[in-house]
Amino acid sequence: MPLANYPYQFQSRKVRSEFFRLLPISFFVVAFGAAFGLAAVQVGLSPFESLIMSSVVFAGASQFAALDMWAGEVSVLPLMAVVFAINSRHLLMGASLYPMLRDVSPGKRYALLLLLTDANWAVAAQEYQSGRRNLEVIVGGGLVLWLAWIAGTTLGVFFGGLLQNPKALGLDMVLGCFLLAMALGGKKSPRVLVAWLVAGSASLAAWKWLPPNSHVVAGALAGGVVGFFWLDKPARKQANGEGEAHHGD
Amino acid sequence: MVIETTPTGVLGLIALMAVVTLVTRFGGVFLMSFVPISPRIESFINTMASSVLIAIIVPMAVAGDLGALAALLATGITMLVLRKPLPAISAGLVAAAGVRYLI
Repeated sequence: MPLANYPYQFQSRKVRSEFFRLLPISFFVVAFGAAFGLAAVQVGLSPFESLIMSSVVFAGASQFAALDMWAGEVSVLPLMAVVFAINSRHLLMGASLYPMLRDVSPGKRYALLLLLTDANWAVAAQEYQSGRRNLEVIVGGGLVLWLAWIAGTTLGVFFGGLLQNPKALGLDMVLGCFLLAMALGGKKSPRVLVAWLVAGSASLAAWKWLPPNSHVVAGALAGGVVGFFWLDKPARKQANGEGEAHHGD
Repeated sequence: MVIETTPTGVLGLIALMAVVTLVTRFGGVFLMSFVPISPRIESFINTMASSVLIAIIVPMAVAGDLGALAALLATGITMLVLRKPLPAISAGLVAAAGVRYLI
């Protein structure tokens, strides 16, 4: 390998502004964390253990699923399989950031992946589609989401009774609505719409007929195949040296 | 294999969950570092990225209650009209809470 060159420049001011940008959504994450904390102590985890889990796992859906399997004894392989299946979307999310991440030294690259989660990834992926490179949101946004998840868990394990029914307030839909807003805010071309149609159908089919929790990966890969065979034009433009400058804002 | 939920056992289980999750966070990027990025591969991962979102949302809408459906509809419409995420998400939550209150 020739001299390694990692041109991505992190701007600490932008990391800070991305922290505050994801602060509003983090309040909802606190509510979710509280629901997790409450559920965790209800299945017999101590407050300390619940907090450790939220801090080091930091993947809500898989943590809830683990609680479902919690008893006096826990079977290790089924637990690991469920956690892997639910979190396997991270594999694709990380891969989709690779064109940016390869411009970051491996140390920093894997350090910032510690904070990779749905919401901050969705922002980074959407901006990348519009030609903006934003890894700062993974760091700053990831940090505020992580802190919110821990703060929420803390609230839940100690004052769980405050939020008995987050569903009545619609709080279970925060992430779904956020992800939908990100999807609709991104670039929409015929190619993307066809990919969505394929992805949605494949996801639905996998959800109905394939093993549980495989639908996200199945749908996403099916959508990716559309992109593999149907190339967007800007790629060719760039090859001609006419890449559009998107750095306006 | 089974682990008892003694204090040490619980920490062991949490450690296993953390490792598995870390593998998913690192794995995609690690594997990509062996793949040459051609325009075709780049197009694949870009389309895949926006498809992840759809693949999460569609079963959520189909499996969810009327409140979930109302939330996604309200978010979708608001987002297409205003093009601002926060009002769109708020509209979604209000719709879910409202529908669930009424039913």
